[in-house]
Amino acid sequence: MTSSPAPHREDALNATKLRVAERRQSLMVLALTLPAIIAVCLVIVIPVGWLFSLSFLDSSGDLSLVNYEKMIAYKSYLRVFKTTFNVSFLTTFLCIVIGYPLAYFLSQIPRKYVGLFMLTVLLPFWTSLLVRTYAWLVMLQRNGLINNFAIDLGIWEVPVKLAHNLNGTLIGMVHIMLPFLVLPLYAAMRRIDRHALQAAANLGATPVQAFWQIFVPLSLPGVVAGSLIVFVLCLGFYVTPAVLGGGKVILVSMQITAILEDQFNWGAASALGVVLLVSTFAVLLLASRFLKLDSVMFGRR
Amino acid sequence: MNFKLLRQASQKTFLGAIGAAALSIVAIGTAQADPVTVVSWGGSYGKAQDAALFTDASKNSGIEINRESGASMSKVMLQVESGAVTWDLVVSGSGGCAAAAAKGALEKIDFNVVDVSDFLPNTYTDYCIGSDVFATVFAWNTEKYGEPGTAGAPNSWADFWDVKKFPGTRAIRLNNVDGVLEPAVMAMGVPPEKVYEFLSSEGGIEKAIAKIRELKPHISVYWKSGAMQAQLMKDKEVDMITGWNGRFDNAKKDGATVGYTFNQALRDYDGFGIPKGAPNKDMAMKFLAEVSKPQYQANLPFHITYGPTNKVAYEVTSAPKELLEALPSHPNNVSKMLAVDLKWYANYREKALEMYMELLSE
Repeated sequence: MTSSPAPHREDALNATKLRVAERRQSLMVLALTLPAIIAVCLVIVIPVGWLFSLSFLDSSGDLSLVNYEKMIAYKSYLRVFKTTFNVSFLTTFLCIVIGYPLAYFLSQIPRKYVGLFMLTVLLPFWTSLLVRTYAWLVMLQRNGLINNFAIDLGIWEVPVKLAHNLNGTLIGMVHIMLPFLVLPLYAAMRRIDRHALQAAANLGATPVQAFWQIFVPLSLPGVVAGSLIVFVLCLGFYVTPAVLGGGKVILVSMQITAILEDQFNWGAASALGVVLLVSTFAVLLLASRFLKLDSVMFGRR
Repeated sequence: MNFKLLRQASQKTFLGAIGAAALSIVAIGTAQADPVTVVSWGGSYGKAQDAALFTDASKNSGIEINRESGASMSKVMLQVESGAVTWDLVVSGSGGCAAAAAKGALEKIDFNVVDVSDFLPNTYTDYCIGSDVFATVFAWNTEKYGEPGTAGAPNSWADFWDVKKFPGTRAIRLNNVDGVLEPAVMAMGVPPEKVYEFLSSEGGIEKAIAKIRELKPHISVYWKSGAMQAQLMKDKEVDMITGWNGRFDNAKKDGATVGYTFNQALRDYDGFGIPKGAPNKDMAMKFLAEVSKPQYQANLPFHITYGPTNKVAYEVTSAPKELLEALPSHPNNVSKMLAVDLKWYANYREKALEMYMELLSE
């Protein structure tokens, strides 16, 4: 190369300066995040670690696997996990079926009307969970508003079982989870470049074709992000299934409460919590294998 | 105006004020101890205890109380185990109280302070003092199955299980096996006095669980609390339900069409326990002695149809005859009932609960 040595030296000087500046910057970022890291350690890592350790102790405080052996020996534990995953899948599925058209509608109307229609999603979101859950119970029970209304109008003759079972649980959970799907999905749909759809039309695609071949694939990251949030929240859901399930839909969280309140067995309850946590991570790991979670959740490309 | 006199007077008042202040400081230091934290249940039960026992006993004894709801012996055990006891006097069913005592979570009762000489037999232990006698009964919507005692109305646990004769929905207890298996055994035709013998025998619990499994398709709700029992009957959500007699009487007072029978009911008692290491243990013991006196217990039936545990309360009460006859502790009713056997629960509760939880998850 023919370049003179002088600028080369300047380059090197610059590089060292840059490196120093970079190191200082990363130290500063670390210092800034330190309070958050400490807080997370104190409120999450240490208690969860303590929970983990509890699950490996038996009732006399000795190290043992008795709590985990019990989970294999009794069929109820497996059933409860199955129910939890079933309910979570169904809730997520229904949220997508109901939430996708809603988010699509919100993304297509002029921005000045979005606020108004967004209220239909946000107003329930801001209302207390307990209030919404008990309101559903009043609506859905045997002599509730819906049954009485339908019987008065002659739509059906005997009360339909809407509450105190899987139906009620799903209705309540879908209603409460819907904003968690609609909000990220709406954001993803707003980001979709309209020119892509116009280009498709220009190339001869019908609106239906453009929707299915251009819009839907581009909105998928939003669907995945939203449904993952919903699914993971459902796995640990307590209040709504406890009230609207009538004791017939038993989820892991309810089993944990039962074991704590009526059997006073911290080890067994902790073991359930640990297995739930591990299976939640397993789901996320599985999802990340197939769905490039990074780009979905963190916007990395 | 005589200035000298005025100055003397003001000096006197000044000194008087200091004296009063000093006295009041002393008073704060001695008499005004922390209030005793008394924990009961929600719904009509807690309200009845407030009206009959706590308010008056606190006023008469001068012991200040701090009333909380949500009593549970598991929470007591948690408080004791973690060394952070905040409750002083806690309401519990006899079974829960016995279990907590067995785990060493309760203070021993000082019988020099609490006088149980006039108590009904089997309504107190060394750790629990009974407050009322109640019954686990089955209740039904009277619009659907008729008023209790009339022809054709349900009258036994066999009727509770008979969905052909009494078609409709049922509700039983969730997550807790207390008072759940005995009805199933009686529904199989075992006489009340043989129920615990049956449940203690080989395969007895299994048979009782199988009997409940038989009813499962007709159980539309599982209840979690006494307040929920009352609500389910008020809303006509279920047609027949197990539960505590006083809750149904109060639901009826609120307009629910509900009735029940004491026939084959399970007689049991609620009581008080003092958590081990309670912050105001001594005051709690004194307050317990106060609420156990007959003059307070005599008022309880007016607010909830549970019978006093202190025999003298039946003599001093102004409750009319009809009300006394409606109590689960009335001799006419006692003869129809089965007394809950705490010894059986001490030996078999854990096993029975695990099997019941298995059944619930099926």
